[in-house]
Amino acid sequence: MDGTLKIPSVTGIDVELRIAGPGGRSYAFVIDWHIRVLVALAWIIVSGFSFGGIDAVAALEASPSDFLLIVVLPAAMLYVLYHPVLEVLMRGRTPGKRMAGVRIVKRDGGVPGVGPLLVRNLFRLIDSLPFLYLVGLVATMLTKQCVRVGDIAAGTLLVYDDTDATAFDDAPTSRGIERLGLERAELVRDLLARWPELRQDARAALARRLLEREGPVPEGLGDDALRERLEQLLK
Amino acid sequence: MVDKTSRWLEDRLPVWRDVAVRLDAVERGRAAAPEDVVKVISAYPEIARDLAIARREAPRGPLTRRLEQIYLELHRSIFRSPGDWRRDLARLFVSDAAEIAQSLRWHIVWVTALFFASASAGAWLINQYPELVGLFASEAMIEQVQSGRLWTEGLLNVAPSSLLAVQIFTNNISVSLFALVVGIFYGLGTAYIIGLNGMLLGAVFSYTAQHGLAERLFEFVAAHGFVELSVIMVAGACGVSLGEALARPGRETRVQAFQCASLRAGKLMVVCCAFLVGAGLIEGYISPDPAYSLALRLSIGLGYLAVFVIVLSGALGRLPRRAE
Repeated sequence: MDGTLKIPSVTGIDVELRIAGPGGRSYAFVIDWHIRVLVALAWIIVSGFSFGGIDAVAALEASPSDFLLIVVLPAAMLYVLYHPVLEVLMRGRTPGKRMAGVRIVKRDGGVPGVGPLLVRNLFRLIDSLPFLYLVGLVATMLTKQCVRVGDIAAGTLLVYDDTDATAFDDAPTSRGIERLGLERAELVRDLLARWPELRQDARAALARRLLEREGPVPEGLGDDALRERLEQLLK
Repeated sequence: MVDKTSRWLEDRLPVWRDVAVRLDAVERGRAAAPEDVVKVISAYPEIARDLAIARREAPRGPLTRRLEQIYLELHRSIFRSPGDWRRDLARLFVSDAAEIAQSLRWHIVWVTALFFASASAGAWLINQYPELVGLFASEAMIEQVQSGRLWTEGLLNVAPSSLLAVQIFTNNISVSLFALVVGIFYGLGTAYIIGLNGMLLGAVFSYTAQHGLAERLFEFVAAHGFVELSVIMVAGACGVSLGEALARPGRETRVQAFQCASLRAGKLMVVCCAFLVGAGLIEGYISPDPAYSLALRLSIGLGYLAVFVIVLSGALGRLPRRAE
């Protein structure tokens, strides 16, 4: 389902970004939805307690307008303005998108401005129809670049943006490169980075294949031993 | 070869780390240091070359992916348009909104015509068949009018002005934005919203007139109604322009035309929403307060409308567009 977005540049070295599909998008949305619901609820609880404590309901009866202005309205604003405000401030990201490893970009790969981000959010009114973002979800499933109506209107799309920022810090050593060559050293590093995410049998098989190129690997080596041997290769 | 690669990596790693740090400073800082900017710009071709080598030596490895990310960030940073949100906002109110409104003038005329035609139809309908007023007004409203009082009277006893204003402008902004976005249904959604609102207004005025309350209703809406209705007309025009972009995209593709129309409409709606906030404040603080005379209300309403027309007519002049 995931396609790519090619970003041409004047140097002739192009970059391809992976377009996030309905799964990646929904994952980010669900995280964001939880955050905004929790933040709005937190406001209601905190301000509700400061307003009338456990007797907030009684306070509501006594002064409904104050209760609405101080408790309900800010919570509603937090919920409604979460996406537009954070997307503008975080340049196409939100906490949920960051956790899901996706970000909003323009069709040329650039960071979208305030206008496109606001238009994108305005069309949530259509995308959320008739319930549970059905129009938006169907649109992401049917369109080539997996975009919802708001993205079509704003000229934006969601791409994966989950590169490891520490890649330069633990780059392969000279000895590691001399032993394995840069390509295989990088393969080993990639495997070690993904070690916790992979199933034990899958990572053991991959580790064996890499280690066997350097020499025989005894049978029955455990998970930790295989990992240790891989780490030794890079040192 | 391996030795060469190893030396290359040893040489380049500090440069990449330095570029990453400076790029971060340039992107995050309000005023980036000139040396950081110069370094970042000069690093662009260097990183491009390094990326080409990294792709050959270790395609899809973590180093290559990180280099791709830095290269892309450099590309975005160097080739993006210069941003100054204060100037952009000022230009939006001074010249951009007027330009867009001018380009939509016929849409505004047609939507206004539709609104008044619907209002006339609503008024005629209730004039002929008063029992149909239940289609347009709630039972409580009807009962109040029948007892010789407007539902707007004593509003301040129910809610304070601050709450009224917030509720009103939130509701008006929602209606306007909804009228805009439903234009995606080839303009029919917008036509429906405008027609419905027109009929509602005509029917309510006609019904209050039958009970001798039309003047008092006019008195209530005089201060805020002109701008409120004008904004709804403009929002409707924007919605119709979305529909037109989809139905008659011209030389562009449908998607391009729709995108262009949406972004233009979005800009204009920012200005309109600001005016709706003002109209909401007037409706919350001035309209329900019997202390204000009709003359004063009319002065406020027409004065505010004049400001709205001045902004959308381009009478404020033009702010130069920045060089792309």
